[in-house]
Amino acid sequence: MSMLSFERKYRVRGGTLLGGDLFDFWVGPFYVGFFGVTTIFFTVVGTMLILWGASQGPTWNIWQINIAPPDLKYGLALAPLKEGGLWQIITVCAIGAFVSWALREVEICRKLGMGLHVPVAFSFAIGAYVTLVVIRPVLMGAWGHGFPYGILSHLDWVSNTGYQYLHFHYNPAHMLAITFFFGTCLALSLHGALILSSTNPAKGEPVKTAEHENTFFRDAIGYSIGTLGVHRLGLFLALSAVFWSAVCIVISGPFWTRGWPEWWGWWLNLPVWK
Amino acid sequence: MSCVTKFFSALGTVVALVTLSGCWERPPIDSYQRGFRGTAMVELNNPRDVAKQVVANGVPDALPAVPDGGPPASTVYKNVQVLGGVSVGEFTRTMVSITNWVAPNEGCNYCHKAGEGFEADTLYTKVVARKMLQMTQAINVDNKAHVGATGVTCYTCHRGQHIPANIWFTPPPAKSASKMTGGDGLQNKASKEVALMSLPADGLTPFLSQSMDIRVAGTNALPMRGEARNTHTIKQAEWTYSLMVHMSESLGVNCTYCHNTQSFGNWNTSTPQRVTAWHGIRMARSLNNDYMEPLTPVFPDSRKGAGGDVAKVGCSTCHAGAYKPLFGAQMAKDFPALTNKTPAPEATAKPKKVAALK
Repeated sequence: MSMLSFERKYRVRGGTLLGGDLFDFWVGPFYVGFFGVTTIFFTVVGTMLILWGASQGPTWNIWQINIAPPDLKYGLALAPLKEGGLWQIITVCAIGAFVSWALREVEICRKLGMGLHVPVAFSFAIGAYVTLVVIRPVLMGAWGHGFPYGILSHLDWVSNTGYQYLHFHYNPAHMLAITFFFGTCLALSLHGALILSSTNPAKGEPVKTAEHENTFFRDAIGYSIGTLGVHRLGLFLALSAVFWSAVCIVISGPFWTRGWPEWWGWWLNLPVWK
Repeated sequence: MSCVTKFFSALGTVVALVTLSGCWERPPIDSYQRGFRGTAMVELNNPRDVAKQVVANGVPDALPAVPDGGPPASTVYKNVQVLGGVSVGEFTRTMVSITNWVAPNEGCNYCHKAGEGFEADTLYTKVVARKMLQMTQAINVDNKAHVGATGVTCYTCHRGQHIPANIWFTPPPAKSASKMTGGDGLQNKASKEVALMSLPADGLTPFLSQSMDIRVAGTNALPMRGEARNTHTIKQAEWTYSLMVHMSESLGVNCTYCHNTQSFGNWNTSTPQRVTAWHGIRMARSLNNDYMEPLTPVFPDSRKGAGGDVAKVGCSTCHAGAYKPLFGAQMAKDFPALTNKTPAPEATAKPKKVAALK
């Protein structure tokens, strides 16, 4: 099999976290590993369960298929399969698949001798999901507080959850999360525009270097964060967005039950102007 | 100290202040499912707060019941316009109860001028009280769609005070309205009326005094042209939001108590409470227009709003933060004079009964 030039370094034995050499092999271009096996297992089981759940539901309309969590009355116990138990098993499968994938990334990082930036970044996304379907429901005392698995149904959940607090845009952590999401988009668009411009020069001109890129931003906004720095900035903005998203939902309910606008009473009550 | 250290200690200080300033709640919390599982139609309560609320919404014991029978009040007292048909024992018991509920410190003299007969309408408070009796009866008899069998008494709103704590006035028009800037719509005032949101602070005048459209959402998924187009404005949507926030705050519930926010206007996905609330809006409007507004010339200026308008009824006037006023305490059932319309017997019957009393 042909190999790309860097694959010679990648396709080395070792670096596994579990399973030793047992799963330390490749299928075509794909590294397997113990966590590759668990990823496949949880993904297949979870997806099959979703399909089975859809077959038991009223519709095959892809937008309307809905795997809903249990009623609140079941608390933190297991629910009957067709009354939310399916949601509970699928949640286990989802977390199993996500975490397996992250650990497989760790093994690949170790093979490559590189830092763990990629799995760390992905673990923020997993953390946000776990916050939604495990941490917050546990803090609120019922699995039923998790969101349903369905394209439209999860959007209804988001809408109603927002309106549980009268106006979710007043949630301070939501404000930070939105700002970081927009900040990420802004930074990515600036960076992408810069790279595309410098690598696609006018006909007859040479491709521009990092010095040109720095000069452009020093001219435009007085500062250039640099070629390495912009990626650190991007990582910080993106992870902050995800982190504060998780914070904004975990404080809604367990640590605040009223309208979010009222939370800002502390500002009106500051001794400076009270 | 490096810049980074300074920045994070400053940030830490702010975070610590916010955290310690008591503006957070904590688990465990209570939650009540209001819709199909997974829709997030859920009421959330802090049980510590609710325990305090329940104490604050306790009801006073009713005065002991009086024996049935006895002549109608109109045959014993003069100028009894509303409760004339009530037996004199029940009438007296009701009067004493009203005094306890509304003017416990002043006693009878809050409405009946000392030294004059009970029949004299000298004090404005007595004229107001009479109208309020008619209003209470109208609530209990004509508005069962909203108050059900529980009904209301004077205490539901007054709670030992001359003026119920949760009344509202129409704010006078903003001065800026006469200038080029136009009106500010009373927005961005950090008003408790709208739970500190940037919404118009007066969301009640358009709906609980006037009868503007509350429903502002279009009935079609796409914008329509011509006659079918939705002519409601964003401003109207904000007023509606103000009214809805008033209802939420008044009842201590969130939007999903009545609505599935997938579609606010759709009755099929709403809860039964939305029907009760719909009747409540009409009831409050009728109380304001039929009972409060006519009292405008009766009240002294000191009892009126800055714009010279009369005090008005909103959802919080009765509910005071509880999903049912006084958490559904069955108080009115002990006061038949308030739950029935009891006009005086026919004038022809009067002399006979007076004679019988002698």
